[in-house]
Amino acid sequence: MTEVHEFHATRVPCPPPGNLDGVARVIVDVLPKAEILDPQGQAVARAMGRLGVTGVADVRQGKHFELEVDDTVGDAELEDIAATLLANPVIEEWVVRRVS
Amino acid sequence: MTAGARVGVITFPGTLDDVDAARAVRYAGGEPVGLWHDDADLRGVDAVIVPGGFSYGDYLRAGAIAARSPVMGPVVEAGRSGLPVLGICNGFQILCEAGLLPGALVRNQGLRFVCREVGLRVEAETAWTSSFTVGQEIRVPLKSGEGRYVADAATLDALEGEGRVVFRYTAPAANGALRDIAGVSSADGRVVGLMPHPEHAIDTLTGPSADGLGLFTSVLAAALSTAAG
Repeated sequence: MTEVHEFHATRVPCPPPGNLDGVARVIVDVLPKAEILDPQGQAVARAMGRLGVTGVADVRQGKHFELEVDDTVGDAELEDIAATLLANPVIEEWVVRRVS
Repeated sequence: MTAGARVGVITFPGTLDDVDAARAVRYAGGEPVGLWHDDADLRGVDAVIVPGGFSYGDYLRAGAIAARSPVMGPVVEAGRSGLPVLGICNGFQILCEAGLLPGALVRNQGLRFVCREVGLRVEAETAWTSSFTVGQEIRVPLKSGEGRYVADAATLDALEGEGRVVFRYTAPAANGALRDIAGVSSADGRVVGLMPHPEHAIDTLTGPSADGLGLFTSVLAAALSTAAG
């Protein structure tokens, strides 16, 4: 998960960091768990092959959320938002990070 | 017949099968009661059906937004206290997302939307299956793109061990459902979810069989015995 997260961080244009009004930007990345079959990611990987792309061993497809939160929202609450709504812990894992 | 049993049928924005679910309740001899996603209470119904469709456009995950809508608060509370609740297709997804049932429904293996008549084996006696005998096979339609039941191995083992696999596909599941599971129940057998659509199979004029009617006659009996007890 960490490797995937770093990959996203370098390739997805990050939103601007929090502004002066106490609003922070938070990114939540959600991916299907490794043991959960991801037929959508597999279809993307196969399409790459048809485009002539080689060397891509696997693709997993997930979701990327950008939240604007004020300073009343702490890390524990962010984790709660991710675990109870943005991701389904039965089938997905997630990473929460503040952009600063 | 259990005249007077009132069965709530919830409509969310994007629900499709509430009309057929209400019709199935009437066919079975009960009184359907329409419930709206924004309702704060269940109007004193004896059971609740969460029907199929694409609530909230399947945004976020199928059933995820509906599971957090106002009416689901009392549904979860009552379901945990023994009120019979049936989730069909999107309703099954909603009950899993709401935590009333274990596991999750994910994209079909092979990505195809599956729309066909399927055989199911009834494997457990619950509030929704008492009209069947355990081992009986029924035929009902399946129509879903995210119907692949998944849970971790420990959860699947527990469900099997506790007799909570209520319906199993009789042929290998076209959606790739683990262990061919089509439907499961809560520990007390009062809350049941399944991907196929019994409400579309209550009359041979309009469905492949009338087998599905058994779920609705079952719950009327369950509601009556609860009222009598």
